[in-house]
Amino acid sequence: MEKYDIVVIGGGPAGLAAAISAKRSGIDSVLILERDRELGGILNQCIHNGFGLHTFQEELTGPEYAHRFIRQVMELGIEYRLDTMVMDISREKLVMAMNRKDGLFDIQAKAVILAMGCRERARGALNIPGFRPAGIYSAGTAQKLVNVEGCMPGREVVILGSGDIGLIMARRMTLEGARVQAVAELMPYSGGLKRNIVQCLEDYGIPLKLSHTVIDIRGRERLEGVTLAEVDGRGRPVPGTEEFYSCDTLLLSVGLIPENELSGKMGVEMNPVTSGPRVNESLETNIGGVFACGNVLHVHDLVDFVSEEAGAAGRNAAAYVKEYAENSVTGSAKDSVKDGTKASTRDNWKDGTKAGTRDNWKDSVAGSAEDSVTGSVEDSVGDSTKDNRRDGTKAGTSENATGRADHQRGREIRLQPAEGVRYTVPERINVSRMDEKLSVRFRVGNVYKNCYVSTYFDRERVSRRKRQVVAPGEMEEVILTREQLLQYPDLETISIKVEA
Amino acid sequence: MNTKNLTCINCPMGCSLTVEMEGDQVIRVSGNTCKRGEIYARKEVTDPTRIVTSTVKVLHGNAAVIPVKTKEDIPKGKIFDCVKALKKIQVEAPVHIGDVIAADIAGTGVDVIATKNVEQGADI
Repeated sequence: MEKYDIVVIGGGPAGLAAAISAKRSGIDSVLILERDRELGGILNQCIHNGFGLHTFQEELTGPEYAHRFIRQVMELGIEYRLDTMVMDISREKLVMAMNRKDGLFDIQAKAVILAMGCRERARGALNIPGFRPAGIYSAGTAQKLVNVEGCMPGREVVILGSGDIGLIMARRMTLEGARVQAVAELMPYSGGLKRNIVQCLEDYGIPLKLSHTVIDIRGRERLEGVTLAEVDGRGRPVPGTEEFYSCDTLLLSVGLIPENELSGKMGVEMNPVTSGPRVNESLETNIGGVFACGNVLHVHDLVDFVSEEAGAAGRNAAAYVKEYAENSVTGSAKDSVKDGTKASTRDNWKDGTKAGTRDNWKDSVAGSAEDSVTGSVEDSVGDSTKDNRRDGTKAGTSENATGRADHQRGREIRLQPAEGVRYTVPERINVSRMDEKLSVRFRVGNVYKNCYVSTYFDRERVSRRKRQVVAPGEMEEVILTREQLLQYPDLETISIKVEA
Repeated sequence: MNTKNLTCINCPMGCSLTVEMEGDQVIRVSGNTCKRGEIYARKEVTDPTRIVTSTVKVLHGNAAVIPVKTKEDIPKGKIFDCVKALKKIQVEAPVHIGDVIAADIAGTGVDVIATKNVEQGADI
């Protein structure tokens, strides 16, 4: 059977950045599995510009942004397989995939990086009455047809949902000669970026109808038209506001859902708010050595942040594999890993029964890599554990529990979304394993103006940032530093809130 | 004097901007909450420009079309002329990122360049 140190599932922006970062961290045996016929993922069909401002300080189109990463993959000689679909991943990281050349095959990985991205919410999830004629597409499908296949799905268009892909497609189809009559948005605000509302709708005189939805679809074989109506505060159509639009095409831009069938099947624990895996500061799921990044973890609005997050996942996966190697050499849970600044020790998670055993990753402030760590399965009480965290030269302790033991012992800090905040990624932090800085990303549940984004360490407010506006459409970020967290050895919960 | 209303695109605030003009001269910008809003408004009412992206047909390539963009901003009023001119163009594979697909598009003085590599292949 084939063996690789790290198998990356998906060759889009997240998978590319993760693989590059893993390789640069010293792991040579990296394989990317991609189901499409080329690397780059959805960026290939996002031909508009606006990508890469954070990463490259210039505005690139999607294919150009992808190319920057694909070129690095080539230069680094990272292996990849195209037209290859992953069918299953086991808890033991046995990856089952298939393609036309090799048929069905297995690959044993030491670490797996989940980078499958997301997919669009479809009509079936919306409960729109009416027939099921041809002419109803998700915005992304239409985008692929126009920008990759070079064909137009229709000429008279209505768009439901004001997500960014829908807005971008309103402009794109207009430029290709279609008449886009309206964009209807159920919510009283748009989920798309301001810039897209102005440059994709207002530039072309396309009306954005907020608090409107499609209440009927006409046409049996081919779409003939849709009826839009205004909705009240509870999302119910207001009688008397119905308006019929004759059209041959309806595009749906009504949200993205992380594509986690593989993750769920292998036993990765999910967060119902993000529909993505629950991860710790290393972007590692509840299964040791299985990492997640990009839109499969939570839906991002800027690809730059996907690349950044995936880079971290790649580094962390590389660190895991290095430990793994040493563990299998010594055949015990007692060794250390040098990565320059950190000497960490961690057991393999023993999965079988989900009773994960893992050593505490320790700081080695002194940078002495060969600290004598006894990674024994000796239980220690909370107090000594806290000492260990602060004292990098002391022996780490491991626990023998359910994998949540860290938290119970006060060593793993829980991140909690509070007022106005819907979720955070990550959800748990082991301070001794975090980098100097950790980005905590989150989204808010509503539009708030003139508010504060506040961070609480247990009941103490440690930071408060004034914001003119925060909105569900834009991902937010709070940066935590290790230095700051080390000053709170008893910290149990960090909460992030929106305050007036 | 006349006034124009704009939505600022610099951040999610989306300030409603009002620009008071005397002929081509901007007299006053109001409604903005920061400096960026004023800069945007002045540019948008006097010289609005956009990068235009589209696709062009490819012959003998491993893709049906190739994505392209104007190398720099072009005047907003030239967008449709630019897209129309591109409709008439076909390119022969291979084409690489940065290759000029159409020079001086629609009399703007700006070139249209490829934004993806398309290699030779069976026509799709």
